[in-house]
Amino acid sequence: MSAAARIVLVLVLVAFPLIGGDFYINLASQIFIAALFATSLNLLVGYGGLVSLGHAAWIGLAAYTSAWLYLHLGLRHWITAPLALVNTTLIAGLFGWIALRATGLGFLMITLALSQVLWGTAYRWAAVTNGDNGLSGLTRPAPFGISLDGPAAFYYFSLTVTIVAVWMMARLVNSPFGAALRGSRDESRRMSALGHNVWLVRWLTFVYSGFWGAVAGLLFVYYHKYIHPTALSLTSSAEVLLGVIAGGAGTIAGPIVGAAIVLILKNYVSAYLDRWNMLLGAVFVVIVIFMPDGIVPGIRRWSARLRKT
Amino acid sequence: MTPALQITGLRKAFGGLPAMNGVSLEVLQGERRLIIGPNGAGKTTLFNLITGDLAPDAGAIRLFGEEVSHLKCHQRAHRGVARTYQIITLFPKDTLEHNIVLALLGMSSVRWNAFRPLAVETSLCEEARRVLGLVGLERSATRMIGEVAYGEKRRVEIAMALAQKPKLLLLDEPLAGLSLEERVAVKALIAAIPRDVTVVMIEHDMDTALDLAERITVLHYGSVIVEGTRSEVVTDPKTHEVYLGA
Repeated sequence: MSAAARIVLVLVLVAFPLIGGDFYINLASQIFIAALFATSLNLLVGYGGLVSLGHAAWIGLAAYTSAWLYLHLGLRHWITAPLALVNTTLIAGLFGWIALRATGLGFLMITLALSQVLWGTAYRWAAVTNGDNGLSGLTRPAPFGISLDGPAAFYYFSLTVTIVAVWMMARLVNSPFGAALRGSRDESRRMSALGHNVWLVRWLTFVYSGFWGAVAGLLFVYYHKYIHPTALSLTSSAEVLLGVIAGGAGTIAGPIVGAAIVLILKNYVSAYLDRWNMLLGAVFVVIVIFMPDGIVPGIRRWSARLRKT
Repeated sequence: MTPALQITGLRKAFGGLPAMNGVSLEVLQGERRLIIGPNGAGKTTLFNLITGDLAPDAGAIRLFGEEVSHLKCHQRAHRGVARTYQIITLFPKDTLEHNIVLALLGMSSVRWNAFRPLAVETSLCEEARRVLGLVGLERSATRMIGEVAYGEKRRVEIAMALAQKPKLLLLDEPLAGLSLEERVAVKALIAAIPRDVTVVMIEHDMDTALDLAERITVLHYGSVIVEGTRSEVVTDPKTHEVYLGA
């Protein structure tokens, strides 16, 4: 993206709450959270070549941990937030250790199974999670005494967190570590022979991805002030994966665009259609037919072709 | 002086089919060793066992006196083992320079840095260009692997291994598929490798590589049939029986 385009984008994002209505401001906040969440999954899927179908684990774990600590122990947000992040990251370490015994389909199935364990626990362990009723009665934090209860305040908060998070992850992608990660995706045997510890590179990425997934989870629970087991469900994992692939795995902009499309479809179409997943599926199929590697790489290729002719 | 590579009683079977049948061999430091044998003799399997790509069923592998059988592939690379592949194993969507940079990163602690842009590491890029210069490809540094000719890919294979500054270099059919002129160039390249690097080379075709090696090992059905100097091996009737006579 050119510098001018970047400035325009930042201005639009900053000015948006001044012109948009509350509905759109809230929708934008949700898009930021979904974009951050998809970007964290993209580290694994796009750059690591490790397709996870259990990424909802991190949004759910962080959200439940934060909510439980707040409701049951009465801890304040500045304590619950780091504890939720640490707890989720530690479990990401454990899950990664288990899931990375395999790659490919095996990895996908293990991540799915592990996240289903959490989903089942959230449903059944009612003493802690309140089961199907979910945990309600939550509040949003007030960093530096600024209340985040208004749509605009929360918009700026989630925008800031998302920009920092995406920037940090983009740094990783362009770093030597990121080069080793992509190398491990493309030719893992060669990378080992070159002295790279492929397993450790993947595991660290898994944990890092889990950490940023947890950050998205905190934003998620702050936004909704409520958490329900569906956040941990297979549908939730599949939606974010769909966003990553539809937008363009292995690009920075792709998962952001993909996550936005999934969320907008969900918000608009679910008002008119009960089976909105069907439409999401159809849209996904159309994208894959015309742009097999996703929207962002597809548009890039098309515009390059246009410039040539 | 401890040998660079000492293998004793190495065995490996793939589902009951023995590929390595109790191979023992010793390569001295600085030696140029040629391993020949017909298809399916176990030459590449031997390399995969030395680098750690495969785990042996039995036997020991010592690198410069250290038993390495329990070490992982990347740990052996850090002990000084580098290899090239018979089937080109490069990163086709990356530039030649980036391929070499990945090799350099493997030996550098910079590879754990997840925050600084790789582009800032100019010393890595300079070193990569110097290594590409060794194989005569400095002009193609910014081209994609997928765009360059087969012969150039073969040279990048060797350049990547050289970038690792190995103590033991394993070359798996470095001349395979090359034209006559390219062979001359790559042979000169191999001949120019400094003497502190031990080189073990697999060649399918004996004639092309004979003059590169001091000692030759003939493998057949996972066993060492003949081993000795060039003239010893060439005159040995067993060599003719399993290999040249075929």
